[in-house]
Amino acid sequence: MALLELRSVRVEFPNRWGTLVALDDVSLELAPGETLGVVGESGAGKSMTGAAVMQLLPPPARIAAGEILLEGRRIDDLPAAAMDKIRGRRIGAIFQDPLTSLNPLFTIGDQIEETIRTHLPVGAAEARERALNLLREVGIPAPAQRLSAYPHELSGGMRQRVVIALALCAEPSVIIADEPTTALDVSIQAQVIVLLKRLCRQHGTAVLLITHDMGIIAETADRVAVMYAGRVIEIGPVDDVVRRPCHPYTKGLMAAIPRLHRSERRLEQIPGAMPSLADIPPGCAFHPRCGMAVENCSRKVPGLHGRGLHRHACALAAEAT
Amino acid sequence: MDAPHPLLEVRGLARHFDVSKRSLRSLFGGQRKFLRAVDGVDFAIGRGTTFGLVGESGCGKSTIAKCVVGLYAPAPRSIRFDGLDVAEQVGPAAKRLKRRIQMVYQDPYSSLNPRWRVRDIIAEPIRVHRLLPEGSQLRQRVADLLHCVGLGEGDGAKFPHEFSGGQRQRIAIARALSSDPEFIVCDEPTSALDVSVQAQILNLMIDLQRQFGLTYLFISHNLAAVAAVSDAVGVMYLGRLVERGPARAVLGQPGHPYTSMLLEAVPDVDGGSRERRAIDGELPNPISPPSGCAFHPRCPHANERCRREQPELLTSAGGTDVACHAIAEGRLSADMLTASRSAATTGTERGWERS
Repeated sequence: MALLELRSVRVEFPNRWGTLVALDDVSLELAPGETLGVVGESGAGKSMTGAAVMQLLPPPARIAAGEILLEGRRIDDLPAAAMDKIRGRRIGAIFQDPLTSLNPLFTIGDQIEETIRTHLPVGAAEARERALNLLREVGIPAPAQRLSAYPHELSGGMRQRVVIALALCAEPSVIIADEPTTALDVSIQAQVIVLLKRLCRQHGTAVLLITHDMGIIAETADRVAVMYAGRVIEIGPVDDVVRRPCHPYTKGLMAAIPRLHRSERRLEQIPGAMPSLADIPPGCAFHPRCGMAVENCSRKVPGLHGRGLHRHACALAAEAT
Repeated sequence: MDAPHPLLEVRGLARHFDVSKRSLRSLFGGQRKFLRAVDGVDFAIGRGTTFGLVGESGCGKSTIAKCVVGLYAPAPRSIRFDGLDVAEQVGPAAKRLKRRIQMVYQDPYSSLNPRWRVRDIIAEPIRVHRLLPEGSQLRQRVADLLHCVGLGEGDGAKFPHEFSGGQRQRIAIARALSSDPEFIVCDEPTSALDVSVQAQILNLMIDLQRQFGLTYLFISHNLAAVAAVSDAVGVMYLGRLVERGPARAVLGQPGHPYTSMLLEAVPDVDGGSRERRAIDGELPNPISPPSGCAFHPRCPHANERCRREQPELLTSAGGTDVACHAIAEGRLSADMLTASRSAATTGTERGWERS
């Protein structure tokens, strides 16, 4: 059974002029211990997917259709109080900017201990002990002194380690990591990714890894879902999607990434840009930018199809294989 | 009689910021503290070529950009542009020089005035330098520039908010081109953009370079983006160049341990099953940098001399200039660095265990 399951989730932003659709028919499954990468460019809906799972959608967004299940039980319709018990306890979260996810007025120790005591029935002394172990586990030097440090006293990489410790402190079964390394330098990014990989393997935690960086996905995810304009347009085992992408958008995206060792200067490019939510093209949302598009592409929204685990939403790529 | 001089020559460029506490005590000779943002940097850029400057945040890349375009006044003789000492140019001469050097900034959302129409944004350098009279000639020039960067003539009447990030960066490039410069400083021009749009902008820059014979100083933390556009590359660490040389050599067979580690830290899209080895440690505080070679606390090859003595850039066997005692003494070679990188690439287990 899937640990976390999204079934045809649709997220809408109602506004004065009508309704904007941020996510449309998004279905994902996350197995225990698995890492599912969600990749896409700005505006693709990848962060919205994470926010929908955690019921942290920015108002006025709401889940208009579909279901979200955690260990087989619906969580998208839970009242806020019940969701508070799941968020942090069973679903951990890591966000992009570690400075804004930590409270600047409390010490690192206070914040970790508070989270532990909110979710687990332990006393103050044991919470402190656990906090110390967590800091040690995420590789913070001199953890005993760091417990009484404030977030501003730590570097970006250290702060993100604290955020990872916070996400892990109630031993959740799923972590939603939204661009966990985007705000960090390359060398620190590598440290944080290696750490996240090791900890999740040790704890058996499943990860929904949301990022725009195909390189990070290629290294860390088991499977990857590629999103475009609010839909999943390709999903499959990471090696298949990265090495043999089917959807023209995924192909273009892979070709557009500059490589360190490539002789020719010019990069492959996809014309145009991601459409805004207000004017998502009819039919396949990618058709105005697609070199292969035919008339029918602008009429019918293609569903996910394909053989086995590797599926894509391109009507034409299907005919090719 | 000798080879044509490079378009831009930077020699011993330094920029220190006073970060002492403002108090009476510091006025009366208390200890003053300086942040050495850039501390003795040399490089030259040949006409029509691109010099890529890479490094992590806080290493002084953007400070160099600001010195080159004149936003920070450079010290005498530290920057020469087309043979002219930039610091000596004052008054009308400085203005003439500024026409020839333009800049494209990182964030296309804050570098364009939201209250101006695009045509006025693009025409501003032309008006400032009085290159064309108002009227049909100016309008035609703006239309040509819009066309050059892949926008339509009608876009001139719009405001910046009507454009996407990539299109705004095109507008910023058109503005940089409008005074017909020879040299453009690009400070992280694509790091605010998505991958597919980044490719468009990099291609546009390459095309414009060919078309107008432009010279670029391309600053980025993204090694792959630098590799895509640069002829030569300089790698910075804490205000100093640690390696400098042809792009292919620096990024293909780096001589400095820091460059090698930086390359190893880049996530590899094609590698798939590669375990990334992280660089240990963090960037030190630039106000109190480590003694000797600033990289020594993170370097596995450091010895007593590295802790004591600052290394100079010396030409290495691999064809790049490297500031490293271990390389200079022959304790370490580019081949050894390459070998240790490929050892990390092959034969390591995949990071996430499949259940």
